[in-house]
Amino acid sequence: MTYQRPSFRHPELPLNELGYRKKDYEGSLSTLCAGCGHDSISAALIQACFELNIEPHKLAKLSGIGCSSKTPTYFLGNSHGFNSVHGRMPSVATGANLANRDLMYLGVSGDGDTASIGMGQFVHLIRRNLNITYIVMNNGCYGLTKGQDSATADKGSKSKAGSVNPFQNIDLAGLAIELGAGFVARSFSGDKLQLIPLIKAALAHPGFAFIDVISPCVTFNNNVGSTKSYDYVRHHIDATATFDFVPLAKEITTHYSAGSTQEVKMHDGSYLKFNKLQKDWDPTKKETAVHAMHKANEAGEILTGLIYINEDSKDLHQILNTNSRPLNQLTETDLCPGIHKLEEINKSLC
Amino acid sequence: MLPHPIINDFVIRFANVNGTGSASANNMFAKAIFRMGIPVTPKNIFPSNIQGLPTWYEVRVNEKFYLGRREGIDIMLSVNPQSMLQDIKDVKPGGYFIYDNSKPLHKEYIREDIHYIGIPLTEITTKEYSDPRQRMLFKNIIYVGALSALIDMEMSVLQALVEEQFKGKEKLIAPNHHALDLGSQFIKNNYKYPLEFRLERRNLLQNKILFEGNAACALGAIYGGATVAAWYPITPSTSVVDAFSDYASELRVDEKTGANNYAIVQAEDELAAMGMVIGAMWNGARAFTATSGPGVSLMQEFLGLAYFAEIPAVLIDVQRTGPSTGMPTRTQQSDILISAYASHGDTKQVLLIPNAPDECFEFSALSFDLAEQLQTPVIILSDLDLGMNDHVSNPMKWNDRKYKRGKVLTKDQLDKIQRYGRYLDTDGDGIAYRTIPGTHPTKGSFFTRGSSRDEYAIYTEDGNAYKRNMDRLSKKWETIKTYVPKPELFQKENQSKFGMVFFGTSHYSALEAKDYLNADGISLDAMRIRSFPFTKEVVDFIESHEFIFVVEQNRDAQMRTLLINELEINPKKLIRILNYDGMPITAEHIKREIKQSLNVDHLQMAEMQHG
Ligand SMILES: Cc1ncc(C[n+]2csc(CCOP(=O)(O)OP(=O)(O)O)c2C)c(N)n1
Ligand code: SF4
Ligand SMILES: [Mg+2]
Repeated sequence: MTYQRPSFRHPELPLNELGYRKKDYEGSLSTLCAGCGHDSISAALIQACFELNIEPHKLAKLSGIGCSSKTPTYFLGNSHGFNSVHGRMPSVATGANLANRDLMYLGVSGDGDTASIGMGQFVHLIRRNLNITYIVMNNGCYGLTKGQDSATADKGSKSKAGSVNPFQNIDLAGLAIELGAGFVARSFSGDKLQLIPLIKAALAHPGFAFIDVISPCVTFNNNVGSTKSYDYVRHHIDATATFDFVPLAKEITTHYSAGSTQEVKMHDGSYLKFNKLQKDWDPTKKETAVHAMHKANEAGEILTGLIYINEDSKDLHQILNTNSRPLNQLTETDLCPGIHKLEEINKSLC
Repeated sequence: MLPHPIINDFVIRFANVNGTGSASANNMFAKAIFRMGIPVTPKNIFPSNIQGLPTWYEVRVNEKFYLGRREGIDIMLSVNPQSMLQDIKDVKPGGYFIYDNSKPLHKEYIREDIHYIGIPLTEITTKEYSDPRQRMLFKNIIYVGALSALIDMEMSVLQALVEEQFKGKEKLIAPNHHALDLGSQFIKNNYKYPLEFRLERRNLLQNKILFEGNAACALGAIYGGATVAAWYPITPSTSVVDAFSDYASELRVDEKTGANNYAIVQAEDELAAMGMVIGAMWNGARAFTATSGPGVSLMQEFLGLAYFAEIPAVLIDVQRTGPSTGMPTRTQQSDILISAYASHGDTKQVLLIPNAPDECFEFSALSFDLAEQLQTPVIILSDLDLGMNDHVSNPMKWNDRKYKRGKVLTKDQLDKIQRYGRYLDTDGDGIAYRTIPGTHPTKGSFFTRGSSRDEYAIYTEDGNAYKRNMDRLSKKWETIKTYVPKPELFQKENQSKFGMVFFGTSHYSALEAKDYLNADGISLDAMRIRSFPFTKEVVDFIESHEFIFVVEQNRDAQMRTLLINELEINPKKLIRILNYDGMPITAEHIKREIKQSLNVDHLQMAEMQHG
């Protein structure tokens, strides 16, 4: 049983600057439940990559295990993908990135995959500041194993079967800021307008970029009483800002009223332009970002949008001072010290 | 009457305290014997502790190239009061106990059947040096000087070693030479010398090196083109990555930019280390990790993924005494089965089993070619004895060759292909073509996964497709048998109905035992297994003998189990010869066990022996 999309192409579909159609960024037909939040995130990823003019084969997508981790089959069919093992995508991505620093890396995970079995690898990925965009499709439950509570389920949230979660939740975005991540955002699978520019900005960020996307599981966690249901999330969203991602050398077209706007220049010359909705919040100041999150928490709101950004950190390659030529392109000539050197070494051991 | 001299054939053990600088003096001692051209086998016997506990350094000298460990201590040099009572007990009757007699020995320390040689080390160092640290360090050099007189070690060789060691710190040369003299003069002024256990220059080691297995593995990884090393610290494998780091910082830095042509990551655990290796090799770089038993346990899930998704990986397992933490600073060959069948489901892994530093180098470099050609993990099974001790070895060999990257499609090749299938067996050898991410804008990409898929890497739960894939992996396993190193055979033609099979560090002791048995009229053919899956030569050897002694260093006879299981051999035919006390196996032990099994219950064998 395989699902391949029909390859019919409408000739008039628009091309992006590289000459690719949106279709070139799509994958196989999704086999997730109809209405699953994860599919909307896949759609946002396709749109963002199309608009960003990414060469599909210059991006590698990696995931763990779960419904969420299956999604890389459903987007970017011309990109290599790696569906690894449960909770261990960060290490595989680390190795892949070390091998070739010239590709873009997209990590896709679930809340179970990241906040439980993969917590160790997740925090160490942040610690090393790997250049990757890491998306958690957060539904507060284990979709693929039929709906058990995950560690991101809110205390007091009610499951479909009626049980109430007695444990505190782990807030991955808060944790990421605490651990020093240079790009931390939260969004909602139902908010395309916010999610697409966030993904673009995350891909442009030169180090670890994290987006915690609340993504309702329609089958196991969309009931009344669940704090990860479509209804609940829609009613409790509180955004940091509306904003635009302005790629390198593009003109800024959106105009915001003076006073509430802020521009952040990204490392590659792109801009982020915010129309702030939060008082006392500055995305480049960690204290204000943490404060805004805590305030929203106390009010029972879900703070979305870009929460914190710091464009000045060194990524793992810079820390390790690796060659700007990707390691996977080095050959015998670069790597092997040769016979004479070995003879010298042998001699030194006599 | 003076006892008959025993030339170049004895065991000396140093009883030290961990962390007192004795290691470098002891190494100098062994190296001096090596420089005199006499085969020598030093072994560290150390606790899982950083400072303060007893450590021993045991040196066997044997000009017949019997390089395994030998039981029985001829000379004990003791500078550790804590272990002294036991150390005295360990001396063979007629042997020597050399100690610091700054304080007299208590009565209970006196044995009538051994000789005592007192050297007032504390007294001498107190007189000569004011700094307590110098007193501690020079004590070691003084006893080496004393030994040089006692066993006829060439002083000029020791002096030259000091000069090499302190190149760049010339100020330290004279005081070290002086310390050597202090020891040697004290013996010459106070004792009859040399002892009957003594050295005589032989120049047998002109084309040999003295090196440890872990550093040799690291250098093999450098030569084999490894650019990514991911690891988590664990004895006895840590020095593999330490050495890789040292060599890389010397040999792998871009001259123009100063940038590194390598990346080393200390991972958060062994799962992550293996994940990084798999990610890097999936993406076309050569990568490895080094660990020991507990780490191999943690890597099981990933090893299954790499087997099933056919991703190259290199794992160097420096085995230690398990299970669990076991005796972490003692040696064993007990990860055979967990490595050979690593992971859940139907899995089999390629093993390379080196016996000496030159082969550590060779196999380590080779493992990257094999992993990429065969698209599967390759596990090198070393052990603590091989990895952390110096061994006399043939020099490491290299021919400047191209790396064998296996079946990897380029952009041009992809352009010519109608439809690329990652798991299509187009060549009929079970090995399909890989693509590396980023090769082609529209062709060759696929989704790597640990779940079942068809020949085109498309997810499927069709049982037939799953089975086809598993059968292809079996076919690949057959192909692998033609790629891995063949066993080493020790006779041109079989001489006996008895065979002896061994591997790794049992090598020297097994061959020594074979000589002893031969002298006693028991002839054996011998084979050293060097890899798994077993090649045709292994099968032939076993089939052409009636009984096989399988020598190994673990309790459960794991290699024997693997042979029985893989080759469907009658278990009665394979006789266990085991050692699992954490110390390297000895020839005496092997000989004893083989003789016992011949005498006791194997009537049939006895008949054959005469018949
Ligand atoms: C080692 C291991 N343990 C357990 C599982 C079973 N398992 C598969 S997916 C999953 C949970 C996935 O939850 P999440 O990451 O939140 O993804 P979702 O399905 O909710 O998108 C579990 C426990 C597994 N695949 N591997
Ligand atoms: S079970 Fe839940 S998470 Fe999984 S596909 Fe269905 S809706 Fe999505
Ligand atoms: Mg989930």
